[in-house]
Amino acid sequence: MYTMNGARLIIKLLERQEVELVAGIPGGANLPLYEALAESRRLRHILCRHEQGAGFLAQGIARTTGQVGVCFATSGPGATNILTAIADAYLDSIPVVCITGQVPMSLIGTDAFQEVDIYGMSIPITKHNFLVRSVEELLEVVPRAFALALSGRPGPVLIDVPKDVQSAEISFHQWPEPGRRLETQPADRQQLAAAAEMINRARRPVLCLGGGIIHAEAAEEARAIVERSGIPAVMTLMGLGSMPAGHPQALGMLGMHAARSTNMALQDCDLFIAAGARFDDRATGRIVEFCPAAHVIHMDIDPSEVSKLKPANVSLVGDVRQSLASLLPLLECQERRSWWRQIQVLQEMYPMATPEAVVPEKPYGLILQAAAMLGEGGFVATDVGKHQMWTAQVYPLGRPRQLLTSGGLGTMGFGLPAAIGAALANPGRQVVLFTGDGSLQMNIQELATAVEQQADIKIIVMNNRSLGLVRQQQNLFYRQQFFASDFQIDIDFAAIARGFGMPAYSVPDNGELVGLMARLFSEKGPCLLNIPIDREEEVYPMVPPGAANSIMLGGSHVEKCQA
Amino acid sequence: MSRNVRLENCRIPAAAGMVLELTVNNHPGVMSHICGLFSRRAYNLEGIVCMPVGTGAMSRMWLQVNEAEKLEQVVKQLQKLPDVLAVQRHEGDHPVFAGLTAFTDSPRSTD
Ligand SMILES: Cc1ncc(C[n+]2csc(CCOP(=O)(O)OP(=O)(O)O)c2C)c(N)n1
Repeated sequence: MYTMNGARLIIKLLERQEVELVAGIPGGANLPLYEALAESRRLRHILCRHEQGAGFLAQGIARTTGQVGVCFATSGPGATNILTAIADAYLDSIPVVCITGQVPMSLIGTDAFQEVDIYGMSIPITKHNFLVRSVEELLEVVPRAFALALSGRPGPVLIDVPKDVQSAEISFHQWPEPGRRLETQPADRQQLAAAAEMINRARRPVLCLGGGIIHAEAAEEARAIVERSGIPAVMTLMGLGSMPAGHPQALGMLGMHAARSTNMALQDCDLFIAAGARFDDRATGRIVEFCPAAHVIHMDIDPSEVSKLKPANVSLVGDVRQSLASLLPLLECQERRSWWRQIQVLQEMYPMATPEAVVPEKPYGLILQAAAMLGEGGFVATDVGKHQMWTAQVYPLGRPRQLLTSGGLGTMGFGLPAAIGAALANPGRQVVLFTGDGSLQMNIQELATAVEQQADIKIIVMNNRSLGLVRQQQNLFYRQQFFASDFQIDIDFAAIARGFGMPAYSVPDNGELVGLMARLFSEKGPCLLNIPIDREEEVYPMVPPGAANSIMLGGSHVEKCQA
Repeated sequence: MSRNVRLENCRIPAAAGMVLELTVNNHPGVMSHICGLFSRRAYNLEGIVCMPVGTGAMSRMWLQVNEAEKLEQVVKQLQKLPDVLAVQRHEGDHPVFAGLTAFTDSPRSTD
């Protein structure tokens, strides 16, 4: 017989889930939980400086390990602060369990101090959520939350626990089984056969690898298919890393900021195979004009994704790793010489980066320089903006889970806390963060967390003194009216970082960059380097929002398209 | 969550009027989950009837809908909700709503 209060029960259940790190901030409504947490020898609490930071820190853990990231917030403002990070996890299918304190049951519905209906607010941005009404329910709800977060298509689960439920005593005889990922049914055999035949017959197929490949640990299976059947592979932003950038059959990212050659190849493909990808508008452009000549095979674990935006000729609903593995023996070995010849011509005509663009003083060049300096097995985090797209375009990502980026929600402020989470969950491995001066200001308080925890993160501020990606849209589509996108003051980020106790450097105008970068990466623990970037540096090519992917602005050798 | 239902082969007729009958767990948040799903997916709900069944651990809900487009998507989304145990479709009218029209056909004055 075990007897304890609800708070201790929650902590014990988390320990039984083998959780090691919990990010959060205490407050009135979750103090019993913090009392229990203080007694835990297995859980390490990471005190953040804003609940949004705690949510993203938990994501950093989840994205790099595939395990559930756990975060705590108090009721009311604590809970509303964490919602953005939960919505972000929802759109990128990241397993997170968020436990919020709530006012006591007797006060619910009375507009009590720090009461908000976080259950109601989190419905549309969680995979599932719970308002725990009795301490007994915790025995079922906590393991269930983990099972839900991990199973099928992963996602965030929120558990709202009133303060009196945390304090209530419970006696029970048996611990529940920890929540685990449940197996899914395999894809339909006939559909598998139909898919194989379609691939074998196709002349110009393309395989598109999405975030689902990473969640399902299916990169090897995908690579085997690509190599056996001679198929070119493109990746969504969330799928980057599922094929190593240097692989001869990897064409990089598709969509709004893809290499021109990649989007052009897609225009011509006769079979589009989406594997763990969901036809996001940033990837497809105007959907009716996306891969106009192609049949579609859609593999996804979530049945509601199939044919949601583009009708699938063949649908393989199930775990994408299993689907790919079952498909492999059904595929003929092919080289597809003429298709590759066509693609190579495009690639030679429209290279992503010209030699002038890869000098260290330019965005691409400094990203490549950082890549060369980052330790083996290191991680790459980004914020949101131009710097994110430049990184996605040229960083030579080598493995799944290496890149942490906010894809679906595109949340500025994601980068710093996510990088800290990645570093803490992977001791001994460096994390480089490419951020913008705008994004960094969104969660800059987490510099304190990084220092306090001595997280091994290397922050590169690509400082263009503006909200760059917004400015670019104003430049291209809003009559060059740079309203509210150029910052009017210069901020000394290195001084700010030092104020938090973090070693930091700033590259002077025309200063020696490579040496300072070497300093950044050789520093023990967190370090920041501010690098000035020209405001006019844009991200090209660019598909205008709402336009077809065939309409791309800018990029190297753009003049060749004007014919 | 691991229900692996292949729906894309079931034809949905373009006809208006259809009733979805759901069996759901009966707790205070279920209604919010279901109605929230419809509003979030921009899908109109014409009518709702909800009653507890048996011991009250479960409820049955009848949802009157008449948008053929997007119905497939909404049904798939409903099936993903952990509190939704079953979804059945009924073409056209449903007797549950028949008795209710007496109330709606003779609108009362508001005085
Ligand atoms: C929280 C949030 N607010 C607003 C936006 C809209 N937005 C997208 S990119 C961007 C500018 C980002 O600026 P910065 O971080 O400096 O990166 P840069 O584009 O200059 O590299 C803005 C404001 C957003 N994505 N997220």
